[in-house]
Amino acid sequence: MRSNHYDMTAGGDAVPSTVKILIAGGFGVGKTTLVGAISEIRPLRTEEPLSDRSVGIDDTSGVGAKMTTTVAMDFGRISFPPHLVIYLFGTPGQERFWFMWDELAIGAVGAVVLADTRRIADCFAAIDYFERNGLPFVVAVNCFDGAPRFEPEDIRIALAVSPEAPIVLCDARCRSSVKQVLTSLIRHVLSTTSELSRN
Amino acid sequence: MTGHDAPGDRWLDKDAGPVVRPYALTKGRTTPSGGASFGLIDVVIATGEQPAATFRPSPEHRRIMSLCYGPIPVVDLASEIDLPIGVVRVLLGDLVQAGLLMVRSAPRGPVTDQNLLRTVLHALESL
Repeated sequence: MRSNHYDMTAGGDAVPSTVKILIAGGFGVGKTTLVGAISEIRPLRTEEPLSDRSVGIDDTSGVGAKMTTTVAMDFGRISFPPHLVIYLFGTPGQERFWFMWDELAIGAVGAVVLADTRRIADCFAAIDYFERNGLPFVVAVNCFDGAPRFEPEDIRIALAVSPEAPIVLCDARCRSSVKQVLTSLIRHVLSTTSELSRN
Repeated sequence: MTGHDAPGDRWLDKDAGPVVRPYALTKGRTTPSGGASFGLIDVVIATGEQPAATFRPSPEHRRIMSLCYGPIPVVDLASEIDLPIGVVRVLLGDLVQAGLLMVRSAPRGPVTDQNLLRTVLHALESL
């Protein structure tokens, strides 16, 4: 049987389709909590370019090609064997890690921008980035205990987000709530891409 | 990294990981040879071929091959083997050049495959 979703190798093992979803938002907004609520968390070591500031601190003499230092990040994995694996990558909140965003965004299905109503401005950078790159996104407002509640449309105005992008309220600790965030993202991507194919 | 009192040592805690050693594994190379590129969610697959006679696998090459008994995404491989992703990419490049692995690249552009998107949606809804 032929399928668009996976190929068969010579050995007969199905090669799974792999997709990635980005989880963005300010530092401490609950990205890791959200990823952990719905997926298996896995560690990944990656590299950070040595900034001017660290030259002279990290001793690079004698390692001519070395331009980076290793940093740890986590990602989430939701497996649907044997045909599909969904990866959730939290985009690093701190500015010094922005170099990783481009790599993470390449080939991504879309992004969740996690927002905290007490520090709404923290997610402006992520929204700007995804709008500039044309990556579909949803804004998920993490309803922290004690944080002021707002209507999604008020949040839309505060964030100056275009009417197409869904805004959902969520609890990043709650699996069913996170599931709803992710499905609203995929529905949004589906409607975006079907419009594109009609035009 | 010559002496224990070198000023850089205070950055070498467990969070920082080894700073020099990873790229020693690639003999200083920071990009894969042969022009191969490996995205995080590309899938590598063992070809089942014998290596070229000139290929001398390192212990890390062997560790990677031991994880490639089935198709495996690059990011899972890097996580499993606990080496920085950049180092893993260089080593994967060697293995592709030696004919031991092939790579099935995930799309680099926007994901517009409606069938794939529906599969993802149904999978998430089934959780």
